[in-house]
Amino acid sequence: MPAVEVRDVEKRFGRGREDVRALAGVSLAIERGEFFGLLGPNGAGKTTLISALGGLVIPDAGRLAVMGHDVRRDYREARRSVGIVPQEIVFDPFFTVRETLEIQSGYFGLRRNGAWIDELLEKLALTGKARANMRSLSGGMKRRVMVAQALVHRPPVIVLDEPTAGVDVELRQTLWAFIRGLNAAGHTILLTTHYLEEAQQLCSRIAMMKEGRIVALDSTARLLSAFSERVLRVKLDGCDLPAVLGAGAARDDAGWWRIPVQGAAHVENALAELRRAGAAVESLEVAEPELEEVFVKIMHQDAVAESVR
Amino acid sequence: MSGFATLLYKEVLRFWKVSFQTVAAPVLSALLYLLVFAHALSGHVEAFPGVSYVQFLIPGLAMMSMLQNAFANASSSLIQSKITGNIVFILLPPLAPAEIFLAYLLAAMVRAVVVGFGVFAATAWFVPLPLAHPLWVLAFGIVGSGMLAALGIVAGIQSEKFDQLAGFQNFIVMPLTFLAGVFYSVHSLPPFWQAVSRLNPFFYAVDGFRYGFFGQADIAPAASLAIATAAFAALSCFTLLLLHRGYKLRY
Repeated sequence: MPAVEVRDVEKRFGRGREDVRALAGVSLAIERGEFFGLLGPNGAGKTTLISALGGLVIPDAGRLAVMGHDVRRDYREARRSVGIVPQEIVFDPFFTVRETLEIQSGYFGLRRNGAWIDELLEKLALTGKARANMRSLSGGMKRRVMVAQALVHRPPVIVLDEPTAGVDVELRQTLWAFIRGLNAAGHTILLTTHYLEEAQQLCSRIAMMKEGRIVALDSTARLLSAFSERVLRVKLDGCDLPAVLGAGAARDDAGWWRIPVQGAAHVENALAELRRAGAAVESLEVAEPELEEVFVKIMHQDAVAESVR
Repeated sequence: MSGFATLLYKEVLRFWKVSFQTVAAPVLSALLYLLVFAHALSGHVEAFPGVSYVQFLIPGLAMMSMLQNAFANASSSLIQSKITGNIVFILLPPLAPAEIFLAYLLAAMVRAVVVGFGVFAATAWFVPLPLAHPLWVLAFGIVGSGMLAALGIVAGIQSEKFDQLAGFQNFIVMPLTFLAGVFYSVHSLPPFWQAVSRLNPFFYAVDGFRYGFFGQADIAPAASLAIATAAFAALSCFTLLLLHRGYKLRY
């Protein structure tokens, strides 16, 4: 049984002319213990899908289940199994950090949750702010409280909707260290982010969404090898690229040559060719495959396919 | 603590933390009404034989404050949570629609009862009041505040902006409470307005509540209680239906 199962889910918002097809038949399964990335441009349907998983959005068709529990029919168990960190920063200005977490525990029927709340506060560097009113916290701190709120009931599935948007570098690293730890302890993580570098480092599998549909779904490694490659980037000083290296190479707007290379031997080979041709190398670097390139290609490819259709 | 008990606790804590505004202010308003109306009308109106106008006014004012505050508590809590977005913290946990309903309902009723007590406590030292039938007082206090608490939940769910909620407050709750026979006995009205008053469910709550104090009323208390209870039950069912469907809460 997968941790998250989404089958043929459809959702429209609005009627008439302003009708928006937020989800146009989405299916996917996330296995237990996965660190899964859900990527896509703004308006692709990521947040709608996550909201449907938490029961905030009621789909028009299809079904969703968390740890085997249908989110509609068996909503109590489904909601106990998932912790969602919403994208927007929201908080209740009437309460302190600790009150917020105690109340959130209570909603899940957890009475004596103090030890776990202490641990969450410590791991998220909030211990010093436990008695502070939510209003007095900075944006990044509020975001951390929201993470803690989503985890009070120790859900097996954790969903983070752009958790690092507008968060400083240090906090981002603390957060990721914590989330990686939870993943190592067996929690399934579903992440959406616009920071593709983060997704590449963290996620073992990735789905890309566009206009309410999944346009790519594979392991991060396979997506990288299929759509991106290791390249040697060189900038030459007033001479052209030797013809022997010309095949597959391309020059970008800034004047850098991109030469596809498979391994270290290939790099040495290319450099030897440059030397033999007497080319003056101004600067050079080896660029690893990047998810950003995969993302751009997939989004573009889809647009091409659509225009042909 | 169960999810329901936590939500109830949170809702009570929410108004209690700002009790100056949610309890003291309405008690003061009731006292001002009492001061002005008692001064202007006493001597002109005798609603019931043997009951002075000031005495007559107090249970009505207390009930009016209870009705208005029950409505205000449920509706303002919901609309604030919806507008600030923190309603998600209630929608994501495994709370059943009935649990959400009961928690908001009871918290609003607690505030109504606290305000009602406040009005009596503030007036008791200068206007002695009989208490003929305390159980009727209790029954109408519960049904009246429950009715408005449920209406407050409906208004909070329905409204998307503060001005929509203000519309509910100014065009439904205020007129219906003011015209519920708080300041006069409906028998002093012309027949047409008497008939109109009888269409107002709040009127039965005020009239029956007053019966509990004076043993006299415009309508037989059992009939008033039946009508007010029916209105409360109908509103409760409607509210539960909205919550069950996720109307304007789950999209």
